[in-house]
Amino acid sequence: MAKFPVIFHLNGAETAVFVDGGQNLLDVLRRSVGDLSPKYGCGQGTCGTCTVLIDGSPYLACITLAQAVKGKQVETAAGLSSGADLHPLQIAFIENFAAQCGYCTPGMLMAARALLDSNPRPTRDEVIEAISGNLCRCTGYDPIIAAIIEASTRMRGAYLN
Amino acid sequence: MSTVEFRKALFADERKDDFNEIGRPTIRQDILGHVTGRSKFYDDHLFDGLLHMRCVRSPHHHARIRAVDTRSAESMQGVRRIVRPEDVPVNLNTLLSLIGFGKNDEALLTPKKVSYKGEPILAIIADTERQARAAVDAVEVDWEPLPHVLNVEEALQPDAPVVNEIYPNNTFEYYDKYDHQKLRFGDVNKAFADAELIVEGRYQMSPIEQAPMETCGAIAAPETNDRYVCHTSTQALFFSLATTSKLLDLPSARLHFIGGTVGGGFGGKVDSIVEPMSVLGAMLTGRPVKFMWDRSEEMQVGAPRGAELWDIKDAVDRNGRIIARRFTGYFDSGAYTRLSSYAVVKSTGHLPGPYTIPNVASNVFCVFTNRTPATAMRGFGITGVDFAIECQMDRVATAVGMDPIELRILNAYRDGDMKAHRRIAKNTALIECCQVAADKANWRLSYEARRQSSLTGGGGRRAEIPETEIDEEGMIGERRQKIMPSEPLSGTGRRSRIPAGTVNGEEVKAAPAQHPEMEGLRSDSLRISEKANLPPASPPAPPPQIPPYSKTGPSQRPEGKTSERNSPATRSRRRRSNISRFISGTRRR
Repeated sequence: MAKFPVIFHLNGAETAVFVDGGQNLLDVLRRSVGDLSPKYGCGQGTCGTCTVLIDGSPYLACITLAQAVKGKQVETAAGLSSGADLHPLQIAFIENFAAQCGYCTPGMLMAARALLDSNPRPTRDEVIEAISGNLCRCTGYDPIIAAIIEASTRMRGAYLN
Repeated sequence: MSTVEFRKALFADERKDDFNEIGRPTIRQDILGHVTGRSKFYDDHLFDGLLHMRCVRSPHHHARIRAVDTRSAESMQGVRRIVRPEDVPVNLNTLLSLIGFGKNDEALLTPKKVSYKGEPILAIIADTERQARAAVDAVEVDWEPLPHVLNVEEALQPDAPVVNEIYPNNTFEYYDKYDHQKLRFGDVNKAFADAELIVEGRYQMSPIEQAPMETCGAIAAPETNDRYVCHTSTQALFFSLATTSKLLDLPSARLHFIGGTVGGGFGGKVDSIVEPMSVLGAMLTGRPVKFMWDRSEEMQVGAPRGAELWDIKDAVDRNGRIIARRFTGYFDSGAYTRLSSYAVVKSTGHLPGPYTIPNVASNVFCVFTNRTPATAMRGFGITGVDFAIECQMDRVATAVGMDPIELRILNAYRDGDMKAHRRIAKNTALIECCQVAADKANWRLSYEARRQSSLTGGGGRRAEIPETEIDEEGMIGERRQKIMPSEPLSGTGRRSRIPAGTVNGEEVKAAPAQHPEMEGLRSDSLRISEKANLPPASPPAPPPQIPPYSKTGPSQRPEGKTSERNSPATRSRRRRSNISRFISGTRRR
């Protein structure tokens, strides 16, 4: 099968891979690049656990063609913290018990990250809307919503300082 | 962070208040991995040369396999191995055989006849998942569809198709004798004959898929020390290991199972199918093999909580006391047993719910149908029947014109009561639960209902084991001969009576203790605290009667006396004397 070269930025670092035509981004990130933070949940674009950011917007990696990210910025949960410092969303998820089995968490974090980057002061309804494409079977969502709102408060505080 | 609300005042003497962790929020030890995406689920282990395994599955609910043609699949690109039923060393199993319960009734890969839609008959191992899928599509199977049955009541009809040849009557067989699990307590027929009111209800629950975010799967690989490593999503690591050991006829010492990081389970990851499949793949190819269900498989063949059907019939007096309760329950096990036989035992142990009912009888069936096999899910065997019981309680409340919460308080079991399975009720709290729930919902309870307590009014006559009518109805195979009682004690089979006050034929004077050793510990600590803090122990209280209770109207006791009776100190003292009375019944005699 013909392979195609794809060069893109993954969490800021230039990355080059050969992909099959029709191969999805989730498979390439996990198997070819070795970034295991996006997860397979449904393979049908319905559960959200493979959510990654492409040029700052959330996409479902399982139904995104790998060739489509040529030259783009791709961000995953593995790149959320800077060095040893956790992102405010990660801290808020820990403190609000917003992860139980942890399988939806990487996608949930990326959906929340996309929201807070574009809307630093979201209402509860806007938070719910932003994670409406991400399923969670453990938490009942409330701790996740609380964590995202708390993270937005923290991040605004950090800007003021 | 959220905090837990404790109602310690209600059970002040149940435990000390010196917890270090309970009641305080604590950080999960694995959450740092979860929020950084570094927690390793089974599929996050990378292997060079990983092969992919997929199954050929039945498109029919029930069909015989006439012929399988794999020639075109075998020659397809990337295909490494066709795995056939004869490749499975011990191709018949039942999960609970590990604890000696039930007959082997299910193949890992089914050789002759499928009994549910999605049942696997072959597996194909290929270099990529895409190649494995293409090869699966290329397998040609000549199916002979058979009549199927998808409904528990139809499956019990004399002429119903046989779902599972190991159980030709379409029911699990209890104690090699009955086609159902029995509970008999008291004289139900007499109670119904005398009943002022009979309330009946039928309650039905659909199957529920656990739908974990991570689908079931496992990766197995040969290690360098003649063992196979298996990374799995299982919820039951050693159960899966032992099942794999049995099916593959491998000493368990040659299996190295790694798990524990489960992407949601809820009961759906105990069935131990993906582990033997992947290890078998590794044995046959000498390569790492991944066997993973995709989302459609998770929904179609992943075993759900089974469907349940419950008929409940209550004999009730005009004041709302339930005098007798009859159950007929049907668990839809699907095509194979898995864990449903156990769910039936569990549900029967749960009857008649948290209520003191002096006459109870139940027949509960584990029925085979041509549906996806059912398995564990979150309190399976309990949640379904609780739904039925609580709906029935509401129906009884309507029938007698009583507040539904007060009806529950009236019938709730209390400390010292005899339960239908012949155990003394201890540490009961339903009354207090009802009171707190009503309070939180701003639901007005009468003064009389608010002053009831689980600590008082139990025991005495309510602790007696009644004379019990038993029967031999529902012997294995009778249904095929059109002898079909479904309601307990409704047929014409041989009946007999076991005398009051006996358990398993032995006379019982003292209340049976559930955990005698723990009781011993507790009685010592109680005696010490009694000496230290309490006024001299009062003589044993006379056996309490069924508490006088009216659903409306004023209290039957003077106000002042009642509040004294309910002060925390009195209650605590009374509770201690209650508990030591039971202990003296079991230990000091």
